Amino acid sequence: MSAREEVLARLRAARDAGAPREAPAPVPRTYRRTGAHAPGSPAVLDLLTERVEDYRARVLRVATDGEVAAAVARCLAEAGSQRLVVPADLPAPWRAGFGGRSVLEDSALAPASVEQLDGVDTVVTASAVAVAETGTVVLAAGAPGQGRRALSLVPDHHVCVVRGEGVVASVPEGLARLDPGAPLTFVSGPSATSDIELDRVEGVHGPRRLDVVLVG
Amino acid sequence: MSTTDLGMPAVRDDSRDTGLPTHSPAGQGHLRGTTSFPRAARTELADTQLRRNLGKATGIIRAKRAGVVAELEDWEDLRLAGSAIKADVMARLPELLEQLEENVTARGGTVHWARDAEEANRIVTELVRATGADEVVKVKSMATQETGLNEALEAAGIAAWETDLAELIVQLGHDTPSHILVPAIHRNRSEIREIFLREMPDVDPALSDDPRALAMAARAHLRRKFLSARVAVSGANFAVADTGTLAVVESEGNGRMCLTLPRTLITLMGVEKLVPTWSDLEVFLQLLPRSSTGERMNPYTSTWTGVTPGDGPQEFHLVLLDNGRSAVLADPDGRAALHCIRCSACLNVCPVYERVGGHAYGSVYPGPIGAVLTPMLTGISGADDPNASLPYASSLCGACFDACPVRIDIPNLLVQQRAASVESHTRPTAQDLAMKAAAVAMTSAGRFRAAEKGLGLGRLLAGREGRITSLPWPASVVASHWTGARDVPAPPAETARQWWERTGGGA
Ligand code: SF4
Repeated sequence: MSAREEVLARLRAARDAGAPREAPAPVPRTYRRTGAHAPGSPAVLDLLTERVEDYRARVLRVATDGEVAAAVARCLAEAGSQRLVVPADLPAPWRAGFGGRSVLEDSALAPASVEQLDGVDTVVTASAVAVAETGTVVLAAGAPGQGRRALSLVPDHHVCVVRGEGVVASVPEGLARLDPGAPLTFVSGPSATSDIELDRVEGVHGPRRLDVVLVG
Repeated sequence: MSTTDLGMPAVRDDSRDTGLPTHSPAGQGHLRGTTSFPRAARTELADTQLRRNLGKATGIIRAKRAGVVAELEDWEDLRLAGSAIKADVMARLPELLEQLEENVTARGGTVHWARDAEEANRIVTELVRATGADEVVKVKSMATQETGLNEALEAAGIAAWETDLAELIVQLGHDTPSHILVPAIHRNRSEIREIFLREMPDVDPALSDDPRALAMAARAHLRRKFLSARVAVSGANFAVADTGTLAVVESEGNGRMCLTLPRTLITLMGVEKLVPTWSDLEVFLQLLPRSSTGERMNPYTSTWTGVTPGDGPQEFHLVLLDNGRSAVLADPDGRAALHCIRCSACLNVCPVYERVGGHAYGSVYPGPIGAVLTPMLTGISGADDPNASLPYASSLCGACFDACPVRIDIPNLLVQQRAASVESHTRPTAQDLAMKAAAVAMTSAGRFRAAEKGLGLGRLLAGREGRITSLPWPASVVASHWTGARDVPAPPAETARQWWERTGGGA
């Protein structure tokens, strides 16, 4: 027998031998599947801000898409960034704040090498969804402005633009909006570890600095 | 060949192909120590530094967990859903695995099946060899610890680099893990500093013991490895049957490095890690981070489905591991142990774990869940099997059930495993018989706590000395005198659980 057939045969026998006396009840979905605040509402944006800041990431609030460039410029200036990488399809208006900095364009067809990514200071991306209750921003690889996974991983500083309409209150609402067909990265604050005496310390292998520009 | 009668169709102890549920074969991987729990515990208890480190760390994590759990008004609903989803997975495990295989394959991944630890190690080793690489980067994985993959790779001339900070501390310290989530929980900052100074070739000799400085040293040490690695080996927290999606939950970004940068990714996963649908993750992505690190969400969760052209590894292998899980599944009550999502909350609230640490359990799965899961995976071969004593590594106080995000009734399972342990001896002692009677009473009376009060079980287990009932070994298993090594008096007027709640465990 192949390992596959043997393992499946064992599991079939075990499933029947160990079947509970009563048929399992249907899964009770009594937990909250929508949060207290409507997607994109002022309250949900406030909650996201509070929760992201709780991870010691920074949130810059702007009212309109037109103000994103100025907020990005501020993040870059404060981090002292000189070299940037962006997904090639990052919206053009957001780039107005890049100034004279060198900008590496990345796409699946013309990918930057790992060494090139290691040589940049900051990556600027969009995001797919944000979950306010947990302070989480989700990037969908290949979706507009979100780039390959390596982009938001190797540089030490990540500036992530979140549009208000993409902000939901709860985890179930967030997952419902996501397509698992593309690789997803859920980011809740900067890289951190709790491995030394179970105390959280920010900054290990992923970006040590996370700035969220929240529009709306 | 031997078989164990658990009141069900035979569960086998050898690896011949019979299509019957089979224990993890003896002598493979890291599911069995060399010493019985009481003997090992006595050694660990003598280590006051260890007790201090553990007491501090588990105290911090208990407080953090309580805070973020209290924040969710629907926490109990999430636990009920989590438990029911896992029960459903167990009822349909073979079908869901085939569905997972089909979806992973359709997206360009390759699925392999492993009967036991040695087979899993062989598959992974051959896959690495085929790439021509002589080293791999690894993201923390209980399954690869269980199979002893690192040693197998090393024997084949392949270096395995652990990249999780705690795993790195364990690896550099030539040590073994002592906690599911934080394998180096037994080490404090100054011990970690010493290990780094000794083992990292280009570390700054002025390195301080500030956790931030230690984390930066690890970053510098591993960065080159990440950027140049060609092959990564990972575990998985969840696999979604209906989409073929795998999920890894982590904090540091080392997981993302391993899952993203190398050309080849090999994931080893126990067959029980499934959830049926993508939306089921909405339950577990709430339960797991709050229960494990006590955070609303862990810093990074990565999900991927097969291979994505132009992004991340272009070769993906998924190895599905039995290694005793079929034997656990064959037990109608015991199969709930497979619901475990390895959050480690039960370790952090356990008064026994807090005192002896993870090494005393001998298995890679320590603490309350380890004390039941380990002997269920391996079977108990007799009174001298070190795993025979594991079900006694508990005070049955019930704190583990309350903490468990998927409501595994660990106290009840412990009692059943005690009965199984007793059955494995040829000549039962008086204590064995008392345990067996208690097990029967408790199983039929339903929830343990009710039984505990109704039967005055605490006093029954306390025995003549009037000591607390925590660790009532069958005399035939006990080689040492636990009560002589510890100093907790039996509280006459309250149960162990009430005592723990009132005092937080004393010490
Ligand atoms: S048994 Fe429950 S509490 Fe313990 S590690 Fe598993 S899921 Fe967590």
